[in-house]
Amino acid sequence: MSDTIEVDGKQFAVDEEGYLSNLNDWVPGVAGVMAAQDNLELTEEHWDIINFLREYYEEYQIAPAVRVLTKAVGKKLGKEKGNSKYLYSLFPYGPAKQACRFAGLPKPTGCV
Amino acid sequence: MSEIVKKFMYLNRKAPYGTIYAWEALEVVLIGAAFDQDVSVMFLDDGVYQLTKGQDTKGIGMKNFSPTFRTLGDYEVKKVYVDRASLEARGLTQEDLVAIAWEDMETEEEVDNIVEVIDSARVSALMNESDVVFSF
Amino acid sequence: MSILHTVNKSPFERNSLESCLKFATDGAALLLFEDGIYAALSGTSVEAQVAGALDKLKIYVLGPDLKARGFSDERVIAGISVVDYAGFVDLAAESDTVQAWL
Repeated sequence: MSDTIEVDGKQFAVDEEGYLSNLNDWVPGVAGVMAAQDNLELTEEHWDIINFLREYYEEYQIAPAVRVLTKAVGKKLGKEKGNSKYLYSLFPYGPAKQACRFAGLPKPTGCV
Repeated sequence: MSEIVKKFMYLNRKAPYGTIYAWEALEVVLIGAAFDQDVSVMFLDDGVYQLTKGQDTKGIGMKNFSPTFRTLGDYEVKKVYVDRASLEARGLTQEDLVAIAWEDMETEEEVDNIVEVIDSARVSALMNESDVVFSF
Repeated sequence: MSILHTVNKSPFERNSLESCLKFATDGAALLLFEDGIYAALSGTSVEAQVAGALDKLKIYVLGPDLKARGFSDERVIAGISVVDYAGFVDLAAESDTVQAWL
């Protein structure tokens, strides 16, 4: 039995940890609804990371572990953003886990 | 986290897609990378087929995990070896394989391709030096 | 009576191909698919064996499995035909028996 979340009147299947069941279902509204459930309001800074993760997945076919994300963000978006303090300030439940969920990706590979 | 750094070798001897071993091995390597050990990944026998360039799985409806090998550098895996004799028996050269880049964020030291084709004696030596060998 | 033999294992890992070539008789067809496609590539240590079998067998290789594993049609031994899934079905339908060397 899987759960669903409702985005713009449409149902999206999610797994028991809240990750989207089908990556290809994702629409930006999914991130907004998931964020609201976590009492977060998405800013442009959040979207930079979400979009970055989707691009990373597109290229490498995996959701990166947190320290890999941190390193890759630093390389792509600048050193001041490539540190865990900044990323945790945006995604308090864990930058890789929470941001990957918002981005519709599976749980990151290498998260322990 | 363990204080003693052990030498872990992941030994890959299976072709991709025909069985699940190759993908499972890659996931274990990426997960294991979080433990800060001395990791090397060895491709031997049909395992060398995992690294061929230009894999396109649309026609067989399976996930193409070939691009994921290129993240090994991001996961701080710096030692990737391929047995030369296995390549030669299959009519392959390093030209047929993907390149995996590595970069140290602090020192900005860059290596364009960490994939190293080595002879069998070196393969044996690396196996003998390892504390643990995980076989797939 | 025509037989279609299929081999889906790597020739470097199993003896499926070797046994198939030993027992397949003149005029039979052989389709290489999944990890069996590695036997269809030129430059390998089994190339001579496979090319030699072309004298008595018609040999086919499944294109989508070649592509998935990173090989273009140009890497295939001359004389072996690349087929798609529809071609696979046609071969099976034309044959009286399909013998799978697992």
